[in-house]
Amino acid sequence: MSQNNANQFSDLKRFEAKLNAPFQAIRSGLRRDQVWPFLLPDESKVNIDKDILLYIEGLNLSFDGFKALNELNLYINKGELRCLIGANGAGKSTLMDVITGKTQCDSGQVFFGQNIDLLKQDEASIANLGIGRKFQKPTVFEQQSVFDNLELSLKANKSVLPTLWAKLTPLQLDKIQHVLSIIGLSKQAYQLAGALSHGQKQWLEIGMLLVSEPRLLLVDEPVAGMTPQETERTAELLTSLAGERTVIVVEHDMEFVRSIANKVTVLHQGSVLAEGSMQEVQSNPEVIEVYLGEEAATPTPPATKKTISAPNISKVSLINNKEEKA
Amino acid sequence: MKQFQNLIYGLIACFSFAFFSVYAVANDSQSAKAKSDTELLVALTQVKLKQMNPLLDQIKSSQAQTALPIFKTLLEGRLYYVRSGKHLIQMQKIGKEKHYFELESATALPHLTKKLVKKVKLNNSVRRYLRSAIAELELSHPDAKIRAAALQSLLSNLETNLQVTIEKRRALETDNKVIDLLDVALNLYQLKQSESAALQIKAIEQLASRLEIPVKNQLTTVAETSPDPAVKQAAFDALKEIEHSTNRYELVDQLFFGLSLGSVLLLASIGLAITFGVMGVINMAHGEMIMLGAYTTYVVQLLMPNHIDYSLWVAIPAAFMVSGLMGVIIERGVIRHLHGRPLETLLATFGISLILQQLVRSVFSPLNRQVFSPSWMTGSLEINPILSLTLNRLYILAFALIVFFALLTLLRKTSLGLNVRAVSQNRNMAKAMGVKTGWVDAMTFGLGSGIAGIAGVALSQLTNVGPNLGQAYIIDSFMVVVFGGVGNLFGTLVAAFSLGIATKFLEPVTGAVLAAIIVLVFIILFIQKRPKGLFPQKGRAAE
Amino acid sequence: MTLINTLFGQGKNKLDSRQQPGQKTLPFVAILVISTLLACGANLLLPESSALYVSTHTITLLGKYLCYAMLALAVDIIWGYCGILSLGHGAFFALGGYAMGMYLMRQIGDRGVYGDPVLPDFMVFLDWKTLPWFWQGMDQFWFAILMAVVIPGLLAFIFGWLAFRSRVTGVYLSIMTQALTYALLLAFFRNEMGFGGNNGLTDFKEILGFDLQADSTRVSLFAITAFLLAVIFIISQYLMNSRMGKVILAIRDGESRARFIGYRTERYKVWLFVYSAIIAGIAGALYVPQVGIINPGEFSPINSIEIVIWVAVGGRGTLIGAIIGALIINYAKTRFTALFPEAWLFALGGLFVLVTLYLPKGLMGLWETIQAKINKPVPEAKDEMKTGVSS
Repeated sequence: MSQNNANQFSDLKRFEAKLNAPFQAIRSGLRRDQVWPFLLPDESKVNIDKDILLYIEGLNLSFDGFKALNELNLYINKGELRCLIGANGAGKSTLMDVITGKTQCDSGQVFFGQNIDLLKQDEASIANLGIGRKFQKPTVFEQQSVFDNLELSLKANKSVLPTLWAKLTPLQLDKIQHVLSIIGLSKQAYQLAGALSHGQKQWLEIGMLLVSEPRLLLVDEPVAGMTPQETERTAELLTSLAGERTVIVVEHDMEFVRSIANKVTVLHQGSVLAEGSMQEVQSNPEVIEVYLGEEAATPTPPATKKTISAPNISKVSLINNKEEKA
Repeated sequence: MKQFQNLIYGLIACFSFAFFSVYAVANDSQSAKAKSDTELLVALTQVKLKQMNPLLDQIKSSQAQTALPIFKTLLEGRLYYVRSGKHLIQMQKIGKEKHYFELESATALPHLTKKLVKKVKLNNSVRRYLRSAIAELELSHPDAKIRAAALQSLLSNLETNLQVTIEKRRALETDNKVIDLLDVALNLYQLKQSESAALQIKAIEQLASRLEIPVKNQLTTVAETSPDPAVKQAAFDALKEIEHSTNRYELVDQLFFGLSLGSVLLLASIGLAITFGVMGVINMAHGEMIMLGAYTTYVVQLLMPNHIDYSLWVAIPAAFMVSGLMGVIIERGVIRHLHGRPLETLLATFGISLILQQLVRSVFSPLNRQVFSPSWMTGSLEINPILSLTLNRLYILAFALIVFFALLTLLRKTSLGLNVRAVSQNRNMAKAMGVKTGWVDAMTFGLGSGIAGIAGVALSQLTNVGPNLGQAYIIDSFMVVVFGGVGNLFGTLVAAFSLGIATKFLEPVTGAVLAAIIVLVFIILFIQKRPKGLFPQKGRAAE
Repeated sequence: MTLINTLFGQGKNKLDSRQQPGQKTLPFVAILVISTLLACGANLLLPESSALYVSTHTITLLGKYLCYAMLALAVDIIWGYCGILSLGHGAFFALGGYAMGMYLMRQIGDRGVYGDPVLPDFMVFLDWKTLPWFWQGMDQFWFAILMAVVIPGLLAFIFGWLAFRSRVTGVYLSIMTQALTYALLLAFFRNEMGFGGNNGLTDFKEILGFDLQADSTRVSLFAITAFLLAVIFIISQYLMNSRMGKVILAIRDGESRARFIGYRTERYKVWLFVYSAIIAGIAGALYVPQVGIINPGEFSPINSIEIVIWVAVGGRGTLIGAIIGALIINYAKTRFTALFPEAWLFALGGLFVLVTLYLPKGLMGLWETIQAKINKPVPEAKDEMKTGVSS
């Protein structure tokens, strides 16, 4: 009998708990010391306890039998400035495509922090996680003004309704003006971006990256089409960003790489060939063999690539014009 | 005045009689018979109804060949005779008016009026006699096809008095198909008349493999009314079996119609598969290229009205030239300037399609035009009572496949094909290699349009030729190309046939319109799921 | 506040002013309102003998043009601003029209030929006994209006959600939209659908108790159309000047880039598509009482393509351009079909070709060029409309 009573009692308790559950939920939803989870910026969800921001493991990708990425492993520390170098077709841009969600890989893992699987996210949410990218070919919105281009890239809630009601806060306005002066386009702020020169478009791209305040910047050939002075400024800019933000730079201009990088990763045929400081990499016998070997195999002199800023073909010209693209 | 006329007709009759006489004299051996034949026929106009049957019997036995048409005409109530001279003629109603013709040569006799002629009378007993006599005559007809056809029509109305005739014929018959039919008839007699359940069941078993509708009807009656449960069961089983094979053949029939629709879709979309699929040009005037082809057929037939049978052979190259030339003009005049702007190309070519439609409307009138089928394309291939394949659809199916594979060979084996593929894959590179891209564009577009023209020739054999002909096909053909995968000719082939078959299988369930809608919606959903179609092109180059 | 700013076209400072060139809202709205008032006044107040009298027929015609202008606006929003060429907007227009038509049909009541108090004539003719479920509630004006907005919006949402999510773009999408309206055309031709089949819905008597033939009703309908056009114009202008408008332009010129900045472009596209479809639905609902008939012909693909040409002629990517294009071409059509009915399709077809070849920015583009030349002969800004999109 008493047991029966106890049973009834526990039933009652469970029932009460059930009744209370929604109230509890509401109550916890109304707590002032916490922010609703869906209001949290995506970025803050990233867990980087181990100081490693990006884990890339066993990445494979092939286009019609051509292995663009081959068991690629790469770890990027928080606050690091890393340069990726390698010949055309070594997989540098493809790697960036995979990280930003443009291309699906065949197998492997890409984790942002310890907890976010980038392969499960689409481009927009990857961007909203704080991964910004500057493309190889400058792609700005040519029909809109420089100012609008920057406004679009601002770090903000980018869903439909908030965007509809969005207004520039003074802080954001200041930010845009600041970036405009950094990239030297203050005077052209109301020009259509399409009317800018190639180098200016490069700067605008960098500016768009800057206003978005990303945690990880993927920068693809930033100095193509820039004058030596501008190249220098870019180098300065990127080094100043490192530390607070993490930067991955892909660049063919070895002079530029040497000037900014403390750590360089050499990609070859879709996987990492060598990693270390510029000196280490340059003296790495494997690297030398691969590049010099290839150079010996191709009798044509290494032509200058898309880079217009030709003066910096370095001693160890790692650039090879072999068309390996499928 | 009237008498005078009568006199003249009398004279004519006399002359014709005289002619017969001369004829008879000339063929001395047959003269007696011919004379008696003529007399018999004349007697037909005078005899009383009661004596009609013996007289007809006489005619039947004396002249099997001529009797058949006379009997048929008589049965249809179209046998008349000229009052004066008792000359037999046939009447035919055209519209509401009666017209008179010679019995054998079917030459018109325009001078005869209602007053001058009289109908040969007949009653039901005569009709009954005539029916069996006709059947008998047809059953012994030298042509096996006519014998078979006669039997087919007999089956639905088997009269007891014919059983003997059929049995006799069965003993003589050599043609397998006719033997089968004769057996069916005999089995039906057996089923109807036999008292023995065993014999009935045996008949039922033999009938179970037949698809003729009378067989089914008879079996149904037996299954419902037979007093013997065993017979009933046998009939029931046989019906089931028949049902089964009927369904199977109906399925084949549907499949054929599906393939036929598929071939039409294929023809309509191959041209598009080239211009849209390979070149990447959106040509909304593609349907009008088909229409031009159809109108070319019409014009060719106008130009050679006496050689309709050969007209298609002229029309095919002509349509190819007309539509192809129009295609080249459009490409050079408009599309060339819109390179790399697909949406603008779409709009401009749509404008062209409006102009072409209105042009045809102004030149040929907005009404549909009649395009004739050559005689070798009419008729059908009868496989069994359920399944018969119409020849025009069969030919068009074959034609579509021929055009498809010819085009495939052209693209794969010739230098034009090589150039086309080169330009479609990398225009600038091809240009750098010395390919005249402009020329290749024009030729490719001309080719695609020309094939659309050929499709128009084929379509003119199936549907009405009017200014809106092309519009009806443009959406369907785009769907086919997109569904199959742009740039993949085999995809187009598979897509055309699968859509055709799917539509035809849906139609009996949902009705034609709803089937079309369902297929459209299906494709829309499919494209959402697989934007590159059934057989997408792979790799980086495709992006 | 921002709305007012939009209306008057003035920004707080240079940085905040986001007006696009040639997009002054106030002059247009003023012209629209004043000419509407003048036309209404000229019809109602002046005697018929007056030289300035505007006949009711003309008023109805103008009302029809304004509906078309609204439709053109809808297409321009989605095509001119977002680069999605819809060849199926006629379907949304027709759906809105059918919703209104159903209401008007129910209003006939027992005054139909067969005198059935509930069933419309064609249902009696088809020997139907009860009203189909989707006709329920359509006798309520508010419900019909709601349906005129909801149904096109819902269809656009479903279609857009499916299409944009799987990233169907460009010509494929255009053909899909055309197939959509074609499928609806086939469906509405069926008697079994319960929308009057081939004949559609017609013989309307009154709307909200007002006689549809009366001058005052016609003038009011015209005025309401003009008013709604102005409202939609202002809202659209606000939308396009907001940051959302910028995102939409960004999607047009470089969708993947916009995605890499963090915008879920498919959602923007879906909602814009829905917005555009709703405008088309409203236009249809206003069109039907003025024209007095709605039939499946409105679904035919050629109608939808005609809308596109209005926008192209006027100048896509400018709201005013779309409206001007619709007005001019429809006026020309009325004139042309009266004078040389045969030549109209030639003219229309020729217009398609000429505009795409020689006037890619339409009349507004022409106007801007002329203006620029008059003001100061500046070397033109590089004009690369499509570099980002058409790869």
